Amino acid sequence: MGRKLLLEKAHVPGIRNYDVYRREGGYRSVEKALKTMSPDQVTEEVKKSGLRGRGGAGFPAGMKWSFLAKPEGVPRYLVCNADESEPGTFKDRYLMEFIPHLLVEGLIVASYALGSGRTFIYIRGEYAWIVDILEQAIAEAKQNGWLGKNILGTGFDCEIYVQRGAGAYICGEETALIESLEGKRGNPRIKPPFPAVKGLWDCPTVVNNVETIAAVVPIINITGEEYAKIGVGKSTGTKLISACGNINKPGVYEIDMTISVEEFIYSDEYCGGIAHGKRLKACIPGGSSVPILPANLLLKTAKGENRMMNYESLSDGGFATGTMMGSGGFIVLDEDQCVVRHTLTLARFYRHESCGQCSPCREGTGWMEKILKNIEYGKGKKSDIDLLWDIQRKIEGNTICPLGDAAAWPVAAAIRHFRDEFEWHVQYPNAAQNRNYGIAHYADPLPAAAAKTS
Amino acid sequence: MAQFSAEKLAKVNEIIARYPQGKQKSALIPVLHIAQEEFGGWLSAETMDYVASILKIEPIEVYEVATFYSMYNLKPVGKYVFEVCQTGPCMLNGSDDIIEYIKNKLGIKVGETTADGLFTLKTVECLGACGYAPMMQLGKHYREHLTKEKIDAIIDECERNAVTNN
Repeated sequence: MGRKLLLEKAHVPGIRNYDVYRREGGYRSVEKALKTMSPDQVTEEVKKSGLRGRGGAGFPAGMKWSFLAKPEGVPRYLVCNADESEPGTFKDRYLMEFIPHLLVEGLIVASYALGSGRTFIYIRGEYAWIVDILEQAIAEAKQNGWLGKNILGTGFDCEIYVQRGAGAYICGEETALIESLEGKRGNPRIKPPFPAVKGLWDCPTVVNNVETIAAVVPIINITGEEYAKIGVGKSTGTKLISACGNINKPGVYEIDMTISVEEFIYSDEYCGGIAHGKRLKACIPGGSSVPILPANLLLKTAKGENRMMNYESLSDGGFATGTMMGSGGFIVLDEDQCVVRHTLTLARFYRHESCGQCSPCREGTGWMEKILKNIEYGKGKKSDIDLLWDIQRKIEGNTICPLGDAAAWPVAAAIRHFRDEFEWHVQYPNAAQNRNYGIAHYADPLPAAAAKTS
Repeated sequence: MAQFSAEKLAKVNEIIARYPQGKQKSALIPVLHIAQEEFGGWLSAETMDYVASILKIEPIEVYEVATFYSMYNLKPVGKYVFEVCQTGPCMLNGSDDIIEYIKNKLGIKVGETTADGLFTLKTVECLGACGYAPMMQLGKHYREHLTKEKIDAIIDECERNAVTNN
């Protein structure tokens, strides 16, 4: 059983209420930080912890904080990115629904460290009921003196507000989020200047994911040094993984990044194996934009080592044979799933969500969707596969924001690893309408953990 | 022209007060949500102009935002809007069949509203309920682990509510 830092108390009855949360040790990190530490010391602890941004990019959070410009007389802002929209990802929702005070607590400490007196939670518009949960938690925190003026008599003032988006994946990109928070279309900005210098209302701004902010609470409580001892290498602490697709136990799991992918999929503590006794075909382990891997490369790296659930191991082999930790949205495909059809839904998603600023993304995403649709519905040509490859290459790296890359990678990886399945669709269009290609040569060598249970 | 009630106006002013002086445009997205709820589930040009006047911004600034975000309806919708997710993880768990079933049951295509004005069917992209797929949003809440039986029950429930609320 791995160590739990975020969800340990998530199922204590009534933990959504302030009294229960406080009784369970809540808000201790605010007391510790505000009464015994300077803002820079808090930042220093986060640096020592090795915490990496949990939204998907994995950038060291403490370093991001230390980049924040601090010109005299200019307000600074902390914005919490709760615009969770990457297909396969539903961990932030879980955290906010079950243990909202953990986020509020983390935000107070982080606001103190960064000097943000006005902090925003930007939440995706569809999570409408979670707004109520968060506002309730914020109101309770304020009633009990953790927010407002002169918190704990330290002279630090802070308010937290929840702002709803209105349906746009792109607003998870931090500069698009800032634009949206300013009441505009979610068009990403050209960087530099980075938000740390010129962000919300042109003021220095830090944007952090929900899970990143929540992790600040245990970091302050146990110290950054202790936090860094959990996990392995540069994958410190715990990570929330939202598991979905064709598994027995979909849900949100907190892992300490020392377990193998095989254990995560097959053990009863986590996903509980592939649903309906089927076999594993493929998996996208870090949200829809990271490369899909066939079972064999998912469970073992190209070097033949067990692939582990951490940043380094998942990306071992680069994009040729590896993938990414991303947001932790773990999507599992069983032997009866069609990779072409699945890729088509992702291509449609990115076409729908492209903001339209950059032509490679605006035009390319629609073009890829159209070709994939043709292939899936038996109207594809063999040259279409190369054309798809060509288009995705021309999107990647040629756009203002990473949505272009996010749209290109799933298509690239699907062709890289499942080219035979695409070719089969083109060659046997009628058969492809009636049945699936199946599991083929990239099937799992039936993993030891699965063999044991069957 | 329709206007916000005193209570909603107070809410709008409370939202504006969250931002620094002169940054009231930041309230646009939340205020459009309120407007859509208040004025029949969609944003007419008249409604958008009204929001512009409240926030002291140009109407075009409202139009460009209203047309960008997928949650704003720019034409009338039914009393109950089924927003069914069709992205990868939901597809893996049978969302295609669910969408087909709703289309047949209500006799409408995606994007259409039933003749009685009760139901609109929309498909949406990933709503963050992938572990509880297939799913749809209905009003403020999610309906998850959808089956054909559950769809029947939801439609019944909506029809009953529509009668009691009239």
